[in-house]
Amino acid sequence: MLSLYHEARSPVHAMPAGAKLLVLLGTGTGLFFVRSIGALGVAMGVVVLGYALARVPARVGLRHLLPILPVLAVIVVAQVLLTDWVTAALVGQRIVVLVALANLVTLTTRTSAMVATVEAVLRPLRPLGVRPERVGLVVAMTVRFIPVLKEQADQVRAAQRARGVRRSTRFLTPLLIKTLRLADGLGDALEARGAGSD
Amino acid sequence: MIELRNVHHRFGDHQVLRGIDLSLTEQRIAIVGANGSGKSTLARLLNGLLLPTEGQVLVDGLDTKKHGKVIRRKVGFVFQDPDIQIIMPTVVEDLDFGLKHHGIPRPEREARVEAALAEYGLAAHRHHPAHLLSGGQKQLLAIAAVLITNPTHIIFDEPTTLLDLRNRHRITRLITELDHQVILITHDLELAATATRVIVLDQGTITADGPPTESLSSYIAAHTNP
Repeated sequence: MLSLYHEARSPVHAMPAGAKLLVLLGTGTGLFFVRSIGALGVAMGVVVLGYALARVPARVGLRHLLPILPVLAVIVVAQVLLTDWVTAALVGQRIVVLVALANLVTLTTRTSAMVATVEAVLRPLRPLGVRPERVGLVVAMTVRFIPVLKEQADQVRAAQRARGVRRSTRFLTPLLIKTLRLADGLGDALEARGAGSD
Repeated sequence: MIELRNVHHRFGDHQVLRGIDLSLTEQRIAIVGANGSGKSTLARLLNGLLLPTEGQVLVDGLDTKKHGKVIRRKVGFVFQDPDIQIIMPTVVEDLDFGLKHHGIPRPEREARVEAALAEYGLAAHRHHPAHLLSGGQKQLLAIAAVLITNPTHIIFDEPTTLLDLRNRHRITRLITELDHQVILITHDLELAATATRVIVLDQGTITADGPPTESLSSYIAAHTNP
């Protein structure tokens, strides 16, 4: 979801964000009832077909799957040790299918469309005090600022390495200070750009 | 016109501005001063981001204490660090952000965003994540996202500080070509010299106010002599 949008003209891109999120939700739920390696293989095939239909190159799809591999390996090994290899394969397959599908939704859906869907879904809750546009803004800002925070963390680590400090949790304090400053500036920016209160 | 009447501002016990009286009528005004002189506080008072602890700030006759939201539509603000100002994940979404919050209908928003993308050379980056833009492109996006809302006055807080020489010239040229009332808060004396009036702040008070040659000479003299 971190603004990984891959621009292309395809039926998957044209599909409404709400429909894509529903498919993701339905698949995510349904996968836990599938207990056959073959059936999960078919599900994986359908997702791969989705990538082809969306004209997302295989290298892009694989690149976005790579970050989950270490976690996946730990889970699969734990399953093999605690249960058996069939359960481990099922769990591993489910995770790969689900993450690949979630990535496909992200790659083919603009953040603005995702935010609009979140706002539409939450609109009926307005009488209960929920402000859908605020929740939508939080979603969009999360997508926007995670890379900024990562950049700040990298800067702090680089500064510490330059002073000879190797792996240390001491980077958390300066990072927290930088993050609080960022939050303070953001408050001003939101106000200045018309998203604040009167 | 922006007017400050006997404005004082303090943060806790720290007095930042002391009795500022100003009528900002010229089209291009620069405010210069050393770090901690009160420039950024003054800038934030001009569009109601901060309210004076004493005195009044009036924008086209409206008091910032009573009409903050209306004033912020009239007075655009470009922050020093575009990473703070860019709220939305992609270029096109960020250009749309201010328009959406100003209640502009979708068809007009789309037309204005397209025009801005073309005018500021951002069309090729329309769906690019903001964090992957270069420093110059980010600053350009931050400025375009303010200009697109059609403010009548624009405050630039250190617009060139984080830029390389090429982008500094690019942004300077863009700023000097604007028809809006422009108020520049800057350490960049070259940029300040493009203004018609330069105000020098020192420890929260005005120490010079006049044409750039005079004000900047006094500023340079005060800050280079031992």
